Amino acid sequence: MITALLKRDLARFFPFTGSGAALPVIFFLAVAMLYPFAVGPNAPLLARTGGGVVWIAALLAAILPLDSLVARDIELGVFDQLKLRGVTEEVSMAVRLAAHWLSFGPPLILATLPAAALLNLDGETLHILLLGLLAGTPGLAAIGLMIASLTGSLRAGAALSGLLLIPLALPILIFGAGALARMDEASLGFVAAISLLLVAIAPFAAGAAIRAAREG
Amino acid sequence: MQARLTVSDLACRRGDRVLCRGLSLALQSGNACHVTGANGIGKTTLLRSCAGLLTPFAGTVESEGAIGLLDERMGLDPDLPLGRALAFWQKIDGCADVDAAVEAMGLGNLLDIPVRYLSTGQRKRAGLARLIAQAAPIWLLDEPLSGLDTRAIEQVTALIASHCEGGGIALVASHQTLSIAGLTTLELTDYAPRTEPAA
Repeated sequence: MITALLKRDLARFFPFTGSGAALPVIFFLAVAMLYPFAVGPNAPLLARTGGGVVWIAALLAAILPLDSLVARDIELGVFDQLKLRGVTEEVSMAVRLAAHWLSFGPPLILATLPAAALLNLDGETLHILLLGLLAGTPGLAAIGLMIASLTGSLRAGAALSGLLLIPLALPILIFGAGALARMDEASLGFVAAISLLLVAIAPFAAGAAIRAAREG
Repeated sequence: MQARLTVSDLACRRGDRVLCRGLSLALQSGNACHVTGANGIGKTTLLRSCAGLLTPFAGTVESEGAIGLLDERMGLDPDLPLGRALAFWQKIDGCADVDAAVEAMGLGNLLDIPVRYLSTGQRKRAGLARLIAQAAPIWLLDEPLSGLDTRAIEQVTALIASHCEGGGIALVASHQTLSIAGLTTLELTDYAPRTEPAA
């Protein structure tokens, strides 16, 4: 049953097979490409600030899939039907979290390699950046899922979710990008810890949000 | 198939408004009940409360046996071909095959068509096929006949009747008249609160 759910979610969200799900990755690469145009071809400057730009691009890319993440299935009554079959909202949200991360985390991490080339990042920076994104993207996915479930039944939900994600993602950004400034892997532990906490509470918070939406 | 649906002293609420109160209902295997009442009287809310999707404002709902719900939201992916959209629920339900249900609803030649291209009536029949394949003893049907043509209405009425003959329970909210033997009627207007509470 879990496999069937995961398969369905992955088919919906995965890049190039799902409906427009490649957009976050393309958006991410577009930001990395635009930045050198905006600040000029100054290699040391790009190398110094490029890591932070990648983090901001990743954060913004995490906003893009949110409008289709939960709202559509609330509308379709999928969660109602799953509930009747004994699949609680928490379980379907945990599966959705996994599918959401798989469809945007690893592709983003892969896209960091061409982005790093565009921004003239050196090997050590890239190493810390990749580790940071690996630790941080599950947290971003969890925040995104909670926000998408809370705003899923609202009419202006999509616009609101972008605004809500930014402040909540700040701790991940501060520690993740901070590791780049100090060239120090230690603060990535904080990123991983924040992500872990968010991933642990997200299915419950998102499940409660979906139940609340039903009563509304 | 042994099934039971007991509603005792139920009060339903939508937003701040109490829609019905003091409603009691006991359905055993083989019973069919027709819920009637004007628009907005709380038929859908009652059905969703019976399904356990809404918390009752007061009173209790107890059921024995799996519940199948058919409302205006079919839970079928609009982008997928009908066959694959139904196959997802088949996998979740773990039922052997969905083909019999598809044939019963006359959907055999629509399986390759994306759900979003189906007409209202075809979509309703697809939802019914999903419901049949679920093989749940308790059926909660919200307007199962709306949008269907005359032939499909007869088909669905016969389907509900045979479901109840086979020991199932059907609670049907509908504005159409249902010709099913042994059908009881629940008029929701009788349970509406007498004075409208201030909004």
